[in-house]
Amino acid sequence: MRVNDFSIVVATANGTGSQTANLTLLRSFFKMGIPVHGKNIFPSNIQGLPTWYHIRVNKDGYIARKPSELLVAFNPATLHEDVATLPSGGVVVHNLDLHLKPERADLTYYPVPVKQLLAGVEVKGKIKEYIANMTYVGVVAHLLGVPLDVIEEALEHHFGKRRKLVDSNLEVVRLAHAWAVENLVKTDEFKVEPMNATAGLIMMTGNEAGALGAVFGGASVSGWYPITPSTSFIDALREYLGKLRHDVDGRPTYVVIQAEDELAAIGMVVGAGWAGARAVTATSGPGLSLMAEFLGLAYYAEVPAVVWDIQRVGPSTGLPTRTSQGDVAFAYYLGHGDTKQVLLFPSSIEECFEFGYRAHDLADALQTPVLVLSDLDLGMNNWMGEPFVYPDAPLNRGKVLSAEEVAALPDFGRYKDVDGDGVPYRTLPGNENPRAAWFGRGTGHDENARYSERADHWVQNMDRLARKFETARAMVPTAVSDERPGAELGIIAYGTTRYAIEEARDLLAANGVVTDFMRVRALPIGAEVRDFVARHERLVVIEMNRDAQLTAILRDELPEHAAKLKPIAYLDGMPLTAAWVAERLAAHLGE
Amino acid sequence: MERPTPAVKLNRAGLSKNDYVGSPSTLCKGCGHNSVASQLIQIAYELDLRPQEIIKLSGIGCSSKSPAYFLGQSHGFNSLHGRMPSLGTGALVANHAVRAIGISGDGDTGSIGLGQFKHMLRRNVRMVYIVENNGVYGLTKGQFSATSDEGAKLKYAGTNPFPGIDICMEALVAGAGFVARTFAGDAKQVREVIKAGLSYRGTAVIDIISPCVAFNDEPDSRHSYAYGREHEQALQEVGFIPAQEEIYIDDYDPGTTQVVELHDGSRMTLRKLEADFDQADRLAGMARLERANAAGELLTGIVYYDDRRPNFAELSELGETPLSMLPDAKLRPSADQLQAFLAGYA
Repeated sequence: MRVNDFSIVVATANGTGSQTANLTLLRSFFKMGIPVHGKNIFPSNIQGLPTWYHIRVNKDGYIARKPSELLVAFNPATLHEDVATLPSGGVVVHNLDLHLKPERADLTYYPVPVKQLLAGVEVKGKIKEYIANMTYVGVVAHLLGVPLDVIEEALEHHFGKRRKLVDSNLEVVRLAHAWAVENLVKTDEFKVEPMNATAGLIMMTGNEAGALGAVFGGASVSGWYPITPSTSFIDALREYLGKLRHDVDGRPTYVVIQAEDELAAIGMVVGAGWAGARAVTATSGPGLSLMAEFLGLAYYAEVPAVVWDIQRVGPSTGLPTRTSQGDVAFAYYLGHGDTKQVLLFPSSIEECFEFGYRAHDLADALQTPVLVLSDLDLGMNNWMGEPFVYPDAPLNRGKVLSAEEVAALPDFGRYKDVDGDGVPYRTLPGNENPRAAWFGRGTGHDENARYSERADHWVQNMDRLARKFETARAMVPTAVSDERPGAELGIIAYGTTRYAIEEARDLLAANGVVTDFMRVRALPIGAEVRDFVARHERLVVIEMNRDAQLTAILRDELPEHAAKLKPIAYLDGMPLTAAWVAERLAAHLGE
Repeated sequence: MERPTPAVKLNRAGLSKNDYVGSPSTLCKGCGHNSVASQLIQIAYELDLRPQEIIKLSGIGCSSKSPAYFLGQSHGFNSLHGRMPSLGTGALVANHAVRAIGISGDGDTGSIGLGQFKHMLRRNVRMVYIVENNGVYGLTKGQFSATSDEGAKLKYAGTNPFPGIDICMEALVAGAGFVARTFAGDAKQVREVIKAGLSYRGTAVIDIISPCVAFNDEPDSRHSYAYGREHEQALQEVGFIPAQEEIYIDDYDPGTTQVVELHDGSRMTLRKLEADFDQADRLAGMARLERANAAGELLTGIVYYDDRRPNFAELSELGETPLSMLPDAKLRPSADQLQAFLAGYA
């Protein structure tokens, strides 16, 4: 028997309400204490196109995408292709009404008479169509051994207090389960058993975790414009602010504005940041390009702003619902002229939460935009994680001078490098000191923010901004590494590719190939990245983009090691698998 | 013996007029924009405004430079072409206790900024939004702007084949509650209208016709741009800019017209709105603008006034303390709140 170690894919059509069924299954495994992760592979479409939900169940905690062994075949459009993807020994739970012929002898087929099962259910129309998906939940629960009370708990989680919805869905699950008990003889090897690996953990999407982090970072203003896969970030932000941020008199201590476009969304964020509120927006590649001019201005005028870029496949509209790490180079150099932006790379919901509030601290402390580069996989899918740790340090509002502090100074120069770290002092509108005012602008300026086209002023200012970027180097989250004795290869990566890489390293280690791994968590890189690169003779950088964008940045920052850094590119829009990584690493080592 | 220093007249804010000036203007001598800046200085002094209560905002262009030239003790931001409305919205959401004076131009508002302009009016943020409108691009030296009249002629741009965008009409269509037009040379009307705009609780749109001394000129004139170009070697990067006197006109009665000679010798007919004009009737405002435009007259005065719509801060139900001034304890929920919240995700 294969206990707590398999992967399922549910094939349906977009817009048929299968998400409830999928999430019920996912959460049921989670509630049974089994490490699990689900990935929604969906089309850019409202209704009708094929969609797949991948669930990885793994007792050892590997949660990267893995080609599926169990298929729930409910979509006629992809029926034969889906069956063809299964490995020998796989399972097909299929809707009997689709008339699938069990042509492969190496698979186990379980037909489910969906229409017949629903005949006695007293709901009509669209709801009936939605609820039909719960039939596979009932059948899979029986085949794998998920207790019905766990399914009920998962449904209660999904529907909250809406008991009627819990009951109507549960009715279908029970019907299908009872039918399966009566009619299906289990001949496959997959099953689940309760374990204790998820006790105390939470499960949420990266966008939810990031939005919660922003709330605990004191975000008060958000201007935004809808774009997949970032929209759920703002949906969550608005929901959480609504629950957590009201004054004693019940008035909101925040404003979320749906702007007319990304140009306006970032304008609102920069305006709010200039005026002294913590402001955040979320977007994706195409939206980020529209924000570019304002972010260049914010860099130069030195205004804090936080942007979450939930990356998808580009350029242009690209594959709007597929995942990627293709915005790294664009985001790093965002703005015309000499600009470099601070980037954070979260890889888990814990880091989404942590970077959610730290991004605001960094933006204020450095008086500059901070871009958090998440991706669709992390942002829109549900992930297990440790309960978030409450921020251990108070809000860092950076160098903001009060009226009294300005009064105590012989003079106030907005862009003076008083401390030698490149970070000047600022005052906020409303500051009562008559000497506190300054004029923000994108044009050349002197230390007092006065218009200047003088060459020496320009050079001083740009040099100071470069010095500030060096200060950022020591403030951003450090890279984390796992190094093992006898390693013959160093791997560098960032973001969600870590899961496939971690699993691949273990696969290789089982074959005697030892590797080191460094996960970069921010740009600019810190000394630890330089040291890691210096320590290794063979290095690969694994990225989900064609042109090895981080590799290029590392080569630029570490020219003495440039030749050592070999990129491994992955770019089909699907989350990485461990098998692919292991194969590429093995091939690289064989070269 | 020490001579007594002449007493400086202070207003009720304890400030002299000098406390309201900004840095020296880099605009052309005689530019109407400078006259608007000096009226703003006068208004702020007369209204006893505290510079700390005001923020000055602008986009890009000649007009958008002008916030640097008044209220030097106020915070200001010269942002991006056409995108001051969003920046201002964010700033005013962050701090709704300050009042905003936004300065834009016809290129800034009528072209790239038209969308942001209209959406700001929908949101009705509290801002006096002044368009210093000269129907020409100055900083890029003489192209037509979106408000240039159909048939207008410029030396390098030729004849404008397209109808101009009427800022006031756009504001009325977008639902603005305060729409006015005035002429930079009519100092008294400019002051009256801006004062009214400052007391308005939402966005007050004031289209100020402010002729360009540099690019609305006669090509055969010794002071023309063409002449300047021929002598450019000896001149600054901006080329030859003719020194002109600012145009001032005398006060005239409601309902009457006044003809003004512009720097290039052309004439403009101003018509002050009739005393009995109903400023609460939006459609009447549109019709009156249309009639004036058809007659080739520049209608001045407050075309529409409606103070019933809540402004954006009111709609957002913001409390007294600006979001930017909230103490940390109000910005970050407690550890218990985090724990309770996460229980829902277990």
